[in-house]
Amino acid sequence: MAHAHTVKRHKGLMDWLTTVDHKKIAILYLIAGGFFFGIGGIEALLIRVQLAKPMNDFVTAQQFNELITMHGTTMIFLGVMPVIFALMNAVIPLQIGARDVAFPFLNSLGFWTFLFGGLLLNLSWILGGAPDAGWTSYTPLSSTTYSLTHGVDFYTIGLQIAGLGTLIGGINFLATIITMRAPGMSFMRMPMFTWTTFVTSTMILFAFPAITVGLVLLTFDRILGANFFDVAQGGNPVLWQHIFWIFGHPEVYILILPAFGVISEVVSTFSRKRLFGYSSMVFATILIAFLGFMVWAHHMFTTGMGPVANALFSIATMLIAVPTGIKIFNWLFTMWGGQIRFTTANLFASGFIPTFVMGGVTGVMLASAPADYQYHDTYFVVAHFHYVIVGGLVLGLFAGLHYWWPKMFGRVLNEKLGKVEFWTFIIGFHMTFFVQHFLGLIGMQRRVFTYLPNQGFDTMNLVSTIGAFLMGVGVIIFLVNVVLSFRQPKGVAGDVWEDGRTLEWAIASPPPEYNFKQTPLVRGIDAFWKEKMAGNKEMTPAEPVGPIHMPSPTILPFMMSVGLFIAGLGFMFTNDDFGNSVLNFLFGKYIITGLGLAITFGCMLLRSLFDDHGWHIDPDELNDKEVKAS
Amino acid sequence: MSTPHPQQAAGALPHEPEKATLEGRNKVLGFWLFLGGESVLFGTLFATFLTLRNQVADGPSASELFSLPMTAAATFILLVSSLTSVFAIQAMHRGNRTSLARWLGVTVVLGLAFLILEIYEFAEYIIHDGYGMTTSAFSSAFYTLVGFHGAHVLFGILWISILIGQLFKKGLTVVTAPKIYVSAMYWHFIDVVWVFIFTVVYLLGKVVG
Repeated sequence: MAHAHTVKRHKGLMDWLTTVDHKKIAILYLIAGGFFFGIGGIEALLIRVQLAKPMNDFVTAQQFNELITMHGTTMIFLGVMPVIFALMNAVIPLQIGARDVAFPFLNSLGFWTFLFGGLLLNLSWILGGAPDAGWTSYTPLSSTTYSLTHGVDFYTIGLQIAGLGTLIGGINFLATIITMRAPGMSFMRMPMFTWTTFVTSTMILFAFPAITVGLVLLTFDRILGANFFDVAQGGNPVLWQHIFWIFGHPEVYILILPAFGVISEVVSTFSRKRLFGYSSMVFATILIAFLGFMVWAHHMFTTGMGPVANALFSIATMLIAVPTGIKIFNWLFTMWGGQIRFTTANLFASGFIPTFVMGGVTGVMLASAPADYQYHDTYFVVAHFHYVIVGGLVLGLFAGLHYWWPKMFGRVLNEKLGKVEFWTFIIGFHMTFFVQHFLGLIGMQRRVFTYLPNQGFDTMNLVSTIGAFLMGVGVIIFLVNVVLSFRQPKGVAGDVWEDGRTLEWAIASPPPEYNFKQTPLVRGIDAFWKEKMAGNKEMTPAEPVGPIHMPSPTILPFMMSVGLFIAGLGFMFTNDDFGNSVLNFLFGKYIITGLGLAITFGCMLLRSLFDDHGWHIDPDELNDKEVKAS
Repeated sequence: MSTPHPQQAAGALPHEPEKATLEGRNKVLGFWLFLGGESVLFGTLFATFLTLRNQVADGPSASELFSLPMTAAATFILLVSSLTSVFAIQAMHRGNRTSLARWLGVTVVLGLAFLILEIYEFAEYIIHDGYGMTTSAFSSAFYTLVGFHGAHVLFGILWISILIGQLFKKGLTVVTAPKIYVSAMYWHFIDVVWVFIFTVVYLLGKVVG
């Protein structure tokens, strides 16, 4: 029965287009996320060049608006989210002792929809102008009255398609963590990164559909002439702000919680100690997620909601400092008395703690509604959210990448270069953003494309620009490190840090296709560490060696995403006059849109009609492969 | 993963075939999660509608527009279709494929009847009253909310029809059973959404004004 169905196994490019293996999808997410992170970074540098001196004319005001919009949108949705998903994909199934995620097909679909959504959004640069209404795309600025190009359409439809991918990924990880854990791994024995992924996925599930609706409404306003945000016809622009932030605020916790998970793993491993206050860590994570849904209107204090609403949202926001503080102290107490090793990963994790605290403190300052009337829309806000997103999340991601790189690729990153990278990046970071607090307090508005000389802005802006380039140098050193790591032979030790605590360190680096030859038996928190302390070299298996069932590779997720891409592009140009009757007919009569949707739904139909029986790896094959895998 | 090759002989089907395999259990769980997301989606649409329901600009208001008897008939039809999909799942648990297919067929026909009534209602507004998406903020919110639901009904009709076909081609197995089970969950969900639409859009619009 094992070979009842033979499956064609692809090579080269087709292997990557059709893969449903979570480890390969992780690498795809990392490459795509890294690519968009690079684009967003270049946009950031262009912004800083423009602001380096007063009355600069390096870019025009319109180009500047496009740059800030695309920088924010790209970094959040297309840069850091995919890198988070890369780490989740690479690590979660291994940490819970599973052979794959619950829905390998959906995993692949989530990646490809994200990629094509991101490509569509970035296509705006060459198809008539990028979105220019800010990453929040507030109406009426983003309406057809004030935003005349197709930029905002690329924003709404590109994010719609990319957001679909994120939602699919969230559902997938929830189901995976609920049903695929190895025997013995109760919820309260899960590694902290698995916990934060679980909570993050819940937040994705309940936050992303709100932006889906928001984007649909804005699309309908712009393309079908609907009136959701058009005051003249009874619409309400503040409605957009509510819908955007009811998604947007949970989104920032969606970003930071996985970083909390990474820091917990790294700090505990390199302190050779169990994570301090594990249960309080879990509790704090859940509490942050819950409160994260309750505070969206603190982005709208100056909108005019009234003192009662402002007071309530103020208090709720300040409450978040409590569970976050619990986490900070737990990390410090984990390090306290530990045998600390400052590897690059741990340097990034240690740098994260004070930097993130600074972002948190300005967060509490901003939470006070009366004070926010002063800070609102100034560089103080810009400094705050870069402290939590770059100083928090991005440092966390670098920690995670250095930590799990050997597990993902079987090669270690150079520690010396890593340390140079860390110091360049973190010094550059503080240079860039620390001064922006003061720029904001003395009155520099965010989103202005230039400023007059002699207002006290000049020096600090120059310092900020130099810092930004230093961060750029840090990222380039990381890329050099990556290239150099691929010149080593593959196959470092499974437990490469020697102090690995969780299940992913119990198997080879990189892991074989099926992850675990035998599903491991989990006997406590930090399952692998527990076995090592008991004198065992490897995990106790929970099952005999047997044939392993694997899902088949498939091109359908790729095709479905191509279909959505075509449909989105077609819908966007519905009302355009191309000066060509054939093109006008194809776009104006929704022919292109229909074609794209037909591809997507046709692929769904194929998926439903032809069941995937998968294929098997035989036990004797397993023993061969162990030799080949290393 | 457990039992990837489900080739049971007829009659050897487990009592709850939708939950007999890990894939089946994953599918049911994943679909519950998906419905959680769908709830937020419709929740946001309802919030939008409630914000804009009195913003009629120069267009007609809800009480001038709606006719309750037809909507009540549509509601009744959709509620009954939910009941017939329960009968379908009961037939599935008894392992009775013919009865299962028949009840699914009745569900599809009722869904189609509902959809025809809705299309008729929309056509009436658009063609006779000249009342479209662009008339007012209220009209935009109305067409988007009710239209989203209608699109869900259409998708459900196509989906369940395809599953009936699969039932004849592949039989009732531990592979087809979870598909049918989640399609029934979906059908109940759009039924529940309609109950809210009937209350919030039509009753509130007609009675409260």
